[in-house]
Amino acid sequence: MKLDSKIPAGPLSEKWSNHKFKMKLVNPSNRRKYHVIVVGSGLAGGAAAASLGEMGYKVSCFCYQDSPRRAHSIAAQGGINAAKNYQNDGDSVHRLFYDTVKGGDYRAREANVYRLAEVSSAIIDQCVAQGVPFAREYGGLLANRSFGGAQVARTFYARGQTGQQLLLGAYSALSRQIGLGQVKMYNRHEMLDVVKVDGHAKGIIARNLVTGQIERHAGDCVVIATGGYGNVFFLSTNAQGCNVTAAYRSYKRGAAFANPCFTQIHPTCIPVHGDQQSKLTLMSESLRNDGRIWVPNDTETAKKLRTGSMNPNDVPEDARDYFLERKYPSFGNLAPRDISSRAAKEACDAGLGVASTGLGVYLDFRDAIKRDGEQTIKERYGNLFDMYQCITGDNPYQVPMMIYPAVHYTMGGVWVDYNLETTIPGLFAAGEANFSDHGANRLGASALMQGLADGYFVLPYTIGNYLGEQGIAAAGKVTTDAPEFDAVEKDVRDRTERLLAIKGKTSARTFHKRLGDLIWEYCGMARSKEGLEKAIAEIQALREEFWRDVRVPGEADELNPELERAGRVADFLEFGELMCRDALMRDESCGGHFRVEHQTEDGEAKRDDINFSFVGVWEFKGENVEPALHREALDFEVAKPSVRSYK
Amino acid sequence: MSALSAIFTTTIGRKVIMALTGIVLVLFVLGHMAGNLLIFVGPDAINAYAYQLHSMPAALLWAIRLFLLVCAGLHIWMAVLLTIASRRARPQSYQQEATVQASYASRTMRMSGIILLAFIVFHIAHYTARIVPGMEYDQSLVEVPLVQGGEVVLKSSGVPVMTFDVHTMMVQGFQVWWVSLFYLIAVGLLCMHLSHGFSSMFQTLGLRNRIWEVRLNRAGLAYGWLIFLGFASIPLAVMAGMIQADPSSSIALVELLK
Amino acid sequence: MKLTLKVWRQKNNQTLGRLETYVLEEVSEDSSFLEMLDILNEQLIADGQTPVAFDHDCREGICGMCSLTINGIPHGPDGGTTVCQLHMRRFNDGDTITIEPWRARPFPIIKDLVTDRSSFDHIMQAGGFISVRTGSAIDANEIPVPKPVADYAMDAAACIGCGACVAACKNASAMLFTSAKVAQLNSLPQGKPEKDRRVLAMVNAMDEAGFGSCTNYGECSAVCPKEIPLDMIAKLNRDYIVAQTKSIFTKVG
Repeated sequence: MKLDSKIPAGPLSEKWSNHKFKMKLVNPSNRRKYHVIVVGSGLAGGAAAASLGEMGYKVSCFCYQDSPRRAHSIAAQGGINAAKNYQNDGDSVHRLFYDTVKGGDYRAREANVYRLAEVSSAIIDQCVAQGVPFAREYGGLLANRSFGGAQVARTFYARGQTGQQLLLGAYSALSRQIGLGQVKMYNRHEMLDVVKVDGHAKGIIARNLVTGQIERHAGDCVVIATGGYGNVFFLSTNAQGCNVTAAYRSYKRGAAFANPCFTQIHPTCIPVHGDQQSKLTLMSESLRNDGRIWVPNDTETAKKLRTGSMNPNDVPEDARDYFLERKYPSFGNLAPRDISSRAAKEACDAGLGVASTGLGVYLDFRDAIKRDGEQTIKERYGNLFDMYQCITGDNPYQVPMMIYPAVHYTMGGVWVDYNLETTIPGLFAAGEANFSDHGANRLGASALMQGLADGYFVLPYTIGNYLGEQGIAAAGKVTTDAPEFDAVEKDVRDRTERLLAIKGKTSARTFHKRLGDLIWEYCGMARSKEGLEKAIAEIQALREEFWRDVRVPGEADELNPELERAGRVADFLEFGELMCRDALMRDESCGGHFRVEHQTEDGEAKRDDINFSFVGVWEFKGENVEPALHREALDFEVAKPSVRSYK
Repeated sequence: MSALSAIFTTTIGRKVIMALTGIVLVLFVLGHMAGNLLIFVGPDAINAYAYQLHSMPAALLWAIRLFLLVCAGLHIWMAVLLTIASRRARPQSYQQEATVQASYASRTMRMSGIILLAFIVFHIAHYTARIVPGMEYDQSLVEVPLVQGGEVVLKSSGVPVMTFDVHTMMVQGFQVWWVSLFYLIAVGLLCMHLSHGFSSMFQTLGLRNRIWEVRLNRAGLAYGWLIFLGFASIPLAVMAGMIQADPSSSIALVELLK
Repeated sequence: MKLTLKVWRQKNNQTLGRLETYVLEEVSEDSSFLEMLDILNEQLIADGQTPVAFDHDCREGICGMCSLTINGIPHGPDGGTTVCQLHMRRFNDGDTITIEPWRARPFPIIKDLVTDRSSFDHIMQAGGFISVRTGSAIDANEIPVPKPVADYAMDAAACIGCGACVAACKNASAMLFTSAKVAQLNSLPQGKPEKDRRVLAMVNAMDEAGFGSCTNYGECSAVCPKEIPLDMIAKLNRDYIVAQTKSIFTKVG
């Protein structure tokens, strides 16, 4: 496998403009002859499907939910970054680019990140024109707030529902194209495989989740915008249905997978309450502006707090350890996500954790309430406090909140070149599903920006380029009658039948949970060589047990959520191993990837730029065969790597 | 779809017809009540009022009657169509029903409407057409001299102008206990129907927002009560003997009120 | 805590359904309502029975996928929340809970508690958008939007399209859903050019789908997880009347 990132020549700031000029175009009257398949209807997929439909291409769009409006982009709270510099505080495309590369701990591709920063302004224009109700000042102009990892206020927001509003904007554009007949929407469909004809992606096999029918869909190219794989951890802030299947099956058909071990753990989530939990809920990072994070000094007090025999408010000041303020005096409670998460884990590992499980730290508003009054705090965080009380039953105005880190986002993904094309020609990956822009750690409010950049402003050009290169003669050539479809459809059917035929004793959910426990333990916030090796062996054993003992009730030809789950868990069971392999290979610490072997004296991540300044790209080599590693070297011409310090 | 057909076929169009006809009916009810309350002023006043209504040109009188009838008819017809559509929209009902906040009045609009319709038919038959079987209509009561400003109005020929003796007719009617009871129940339902219908009208016509929602709900309730008390006071007064067929008693009452 | 569940079971749209009774012995009061159903399903799978199909996804109250009527109330007894945000501590040990799907003709049942809500998508496809091509937008600050207007639009835009309004309405009306989108887009300056066309098209699509009419019960708003107020419906009515009146004199869409 040869990796060609196709980064255009020339100065960073001119690469995209030059590239746009050099790319092939498709004549408007010819566009209707091409059929583009878009899998996923979130910010990236929805925006791409709508934009391509608008341009005149025939588009089919697929989502597993009952409506494209429900894609998990909807859950993003905080906001979206853009280098508008409306605040006159020194923001620029270059600064946004620089912050993003630095925030990603110098493991992202400069050219892609620069393009992201470059199109960020157009995204805001587009969304406002669509009717996205961003927050505004009394003068009628757009409001901004600041977010982690930046010293300028460049984040646009719509209350705490920015992701929802942006998604509904893309959904409305998509709906318009569906109404016009340009886009055909397939709700409740799950892509189960990609079909290659002459080496190019020319279609997918999808399961109609309502009827259970296995369907063939042929097209001139395929886009997967199927989100991240955070659910490999079982418990995450992702939606229940989020899965790695589309990306992983593409990987098995030849699309290389990049940096799978780069996952983001968000520090402020509500702690796990017990065995019956299915989902972790994020509390906005903004709480750390006023809340103070602490654990008790000694394990005895911690034990009393865990069992409830002591009230946290009774812990005297000198028995409290405000560990973020102690370790990172200049950033304090606002230290970046990866660093704050690790510090909380360390405290809990030392037996100082609170919450009944011992996995929790306090986020205390006592001092803020004393300083500013309860009313002010209510105005700032009222809805978050209510949400917390609704979930935990505790009143955060009276007792400190408890928080614990949780998996939130995955920076790794399908490897793509500058055109967002994977190593399978004609197969594109966009949004969280690809790996390209966030390196080893994503900054807040950048995920929405990337999804929409890919969907609105990158794919419409690069897909045209691909189709133009193929030539009009190739348009619509491949139909579902091609023998390649027979073979892939058979694989999909066999797999489904196999799952149903096992009739074992254990539910797919149980396997998923066990896998999640393993990944969280060994490939979570702190990773080690021994742990990862152990995890790989245990995942293999678990996988073997799964294929022997899973119980999938029901039939293939009906709505069968357990069958859907089993298929997804089966892929996670393979993918989890790939993730651990990547973490094992990456013998350095960077961003969200923390190898305990590589830390500074005071426990900070220690990057190894000499040996690991590359993208780890994995090529599938066969079932139960070790994948092959390829390295895409990262060159930093403009943003020179430096040590990230938040002391 | 043309605007005209849209108003009769779309859900919102039909609701608009209900709201517009509702306004007419709401105002009619108010006027009707004001007229009826003249009974407290005395037999001459209410009889004079009746005279004025009847002395309108027949064409105008019938035009008004027809207009009211069309409004009531449209109101009912649209309600029937909308109800059928709404029933069809939920072919299978919940095994366990619950209501979170809908008022009793709003949930019983259809039932209160149907009972009101029955009452209106009876009411017209009773007092306007005077054809209710079993009721005794004393024909001698029909005509009394018209009195205005305390003086009998005379034609140029010197003969007194005669008019319907509405006063006695009402009193006699309400002295029948079941008539009064039915009347009270009907105006009670009317109050409920109005208390929801009043603010609903504004909602349907789009003339309501968050601030006015509360105000209009209150106004609707107040309006319903006003209509109820106004109408109910008459049979109650009759039953209590405060208004009697004997004109002298009503004059006495007028004196009393002064 | 111990619970008795009466759950609507229906194999598919062609068969009749009925309530089945299940008993759950140990449910943590910290569990969410959907986690309680997960427990039920694990129990059913272990017993060799078919688990209950129900829609759910984000489990944080924003995707709008979850759609259960609990003891007759869509999304359950708490106001302003979705089922996934409902926690078992809201119930008592020994309670009997009836769980039914959304019931409306435009939301046919697919299986058990899962319904097909694509009629909502059809309403959106008719006019729930501002026609703007990708890349053709003017600068975002070119058109100032007064803060109260932006806030009002955001109140309307908060709708998650779950369909609880239809499920709760005694007429199975979709007015609150439709009005929320119309109110959002029609109130913003960007949405004004196709204001009349939008409202006419969306109301037609709503009627064609077979939803009932609005009789101002207010149940929709009372169960709405995002507490969309009833004045959105007044706004829809107003815009509809204006558009229809205009259409008598001129072409609107």
